Amino acid sequence: MHYIGIDIGSTAAKVSVFEEERLVTNFNMPTGWSSIEASRIILEKLEELKVSKEEARIIATGYGRVSVPYADKTLTEITCHGKGAYYLLGKDCTVIDIGGQDTKIITVENDRVTDFTMNDKCAAGTGRFLELMANSLAINLPELAELSLKGEEISITSMCTVFAESEVISLMGKGTPREDIARGVINSITGRVSTMLYKHGVKGTIYLTGGLCEISPFIELLSEKLDKEVITNPLGRYAGSIGAALMGQ
Amino acid sequence: MRPVIMEEVEALRGLNSVKIKEAHEEGKKVVGMYCMFSPSEIAIAADAIPVSLCGTTQAPIEDAEKELPRNLCPLIKSSYGFAITDKCPYFFFSDVLLAETTCDGKKKMYELMGKIKPMHLMNLPQTSEGDDALESWHKEMIKFKIYLEEVFGIEITDEKLRDAIKLMNRERSAMKRLHKLNAHKPAPLSGMDMMLAQWLKGFNVDKEYGISLIEKLIEELEERIEKGIYAFDENAPRILLTGCPIGAGSEKVLKALEDAGASVVALENCTGYKPLDVVVDEDAEKDPLLALAEKYLSTPCSCMTPNNGRFDLIKRLAEEYDVDGVVDLTWVACHTYAIESFSLKKLVQEELGLPFIQIETDYSDSDTGQVKTRVEAFLETIEVSLATV
Ligand code: SF4
Ligand code: SF4
Repeated sequence: MHYIGIDIGSTAAKVSVFEEERLVTNFNMPTGWSSIEASRIILEKLEELKVSKEEARIIATGYGRVSVPYADKTLTEITCHGKGAYYLLGKDCTVIDIGGQDTKIITVENDRVTDFTMNDKCAAGTGRFLELMANSLAINLPELAELSLKGEEISITSMCTVFAESEVISLMGKGTPREDIARGVINSITGRVSTMLYKHGVKGTIYLTGGLCEISPFIELLSEKLDKEVITNPLGRYAGSIGAALMGQ
Repeated sequence: MRPVIMEEVEALRGLNSVKIKEAHEEGKKVVGMYCMFSPSEIAIAADAIPVSLCGTTQAPIEDAEKELPRNLCPLIKSSYGFAITDKCPYFFFSDVLLAETTCDGKKKMYELMGKIKPMHLMNLPQTSEGDDALESWHKEMIKFKIYLEEVFGIEITDEKLRDAIKLMNRERSAMKRLHKLNAHKPAPLSGMDMMLAQWLKGFNVDKEYGISLIEKLIEELEERIEKGIYAFDENAPRILLTGCPIGAGSEKVLKALEDAGASVVALENCTGYKPLDVVVDEDAEKDPLLALAEKYLSTPCSCMTPNNGRFDLIKRLAEEYDVDGVVDLTWVACHTYAIESFSLKKLVQEELGLPFIQIETDYSDSDTGQVKTRVEAFLETIEVSLATV
């Protein structure tokens, strides 16, 4: 029996496959313009992997979870991320997940989510914000993080994505070094996360999941800002899909 | 399945807007009120009809934003929008308005609204504690009574006040009994219907009819409990909803909770249980205006500082209704409730040991997806813990 977790986020779709208790594979792809289309491609890939949906239990999560017609059940990304993080880390933790549209802080105790906080409806403090800012600097996200390590402390004062973008452009116009601007951009995210985290309260290890967990300079700066060590795992970006698969067992 | 009487309760909406017109044409006076601190008894004793005008729909907000800041609580914007667009029959037929100095947003909005219709403002103390507060609120009751006597050219006797107190106490007790039925496990009435029934009382032109309808509803629900017919199945997580007032049109969080399978068993807010908890002292020896001052001052609203009453009430309700989680709804830009949410979270999680979530939103449907995710995730945390015990 296979247990499959499908996490369709706003930018990427992640899939994890368990054969009984064993995690056998993970793969991801861009969500593209339609989550229905993405879920169709996922099904094809699963067939290539010789996983038949009839002999599997499929749990869908993420904002596109309702667009997976063949899922046996849907659960929110919060429950799944918490579950997946606990699996990857093996102990109580406070999960930070900086997603495309929302940033979440999730408390996981004894393998279950006991509390969570989500940002409000604006994009400030989310992955989307970082991406837009990187775009304005004509670089990609990993480059932005790398660059910021060399930058001086400056601050981007606008919290709103639209205003922050024009702020970045005007800083560039004034000839502010790109690394300083990059540092400012990262600071505004880590600052926002740190206030959310403070208000939420920290229990156990701080654990970062989602796409940003692969960008080590970001983790370094986040730990610095929080003044606490932030742990992650190479599979961190699959926390949601792993958790979803586990919820099916 | 929905109780049969709910249809009749819901029909009150249409019925009352016709009745208010007829009453107005017969020369009956109407007093428009905005808040749970409004002593409707004094209006009734003045032989007028008190109606609740607090705005609960998105529709008039765009118009309101032409004069009010966008970053303001939707309840205030909606109320003002109704006032300037003539879209609300109750506002239209109100002869006078009663306002109170509650939160800053409302207070300043009333200054603008007061230019549209005659308005009386009651100065609410900032605390409900101590003799000074009670004394000053008592004086405000006297002033409001004198105001109505003057504008309507009538005399409000103590006897009339006592009768009005008895009538309103009867309405309160009926509503309270209705609310308490949902302490039963599982709850016989959905939170949506409970909200509707409680909210509609604010528009009730014919109080006696309204009370008898609620009594009929109670009867039907009692029969249902006996037969084992409930609003949700017994595994539905039981939720206490607190925070800012809600009504038809602003029920989105309540609806999202019940759509996701929860049973909202207790509504602590102003449009729910809060105003029903304490009745007015009917002691014949007592000054009825003092009795009213005592009752209304005890409203545990976040505009008061301190506001320990709200925490006590939530603690009590959480136990009485045996809830599995607490949801705190705060309207965008409602500072008092939003700030209180921090202490409330501590109380609920640490003292009551229950899951808690604060949901901040407005009346629009721009964040429906996000609200849905939050609500569902919250219920999942409860369900998982229910499953593990
Ligand atoms: S919450 Fe406070 S200000 Fe608002 S209606 Fe209730 S008592 Fe009035
Ligand atoms: S919800 Fe809050 S901001 Fe809005 S009127 Fe009531 S107390 Fe004021």
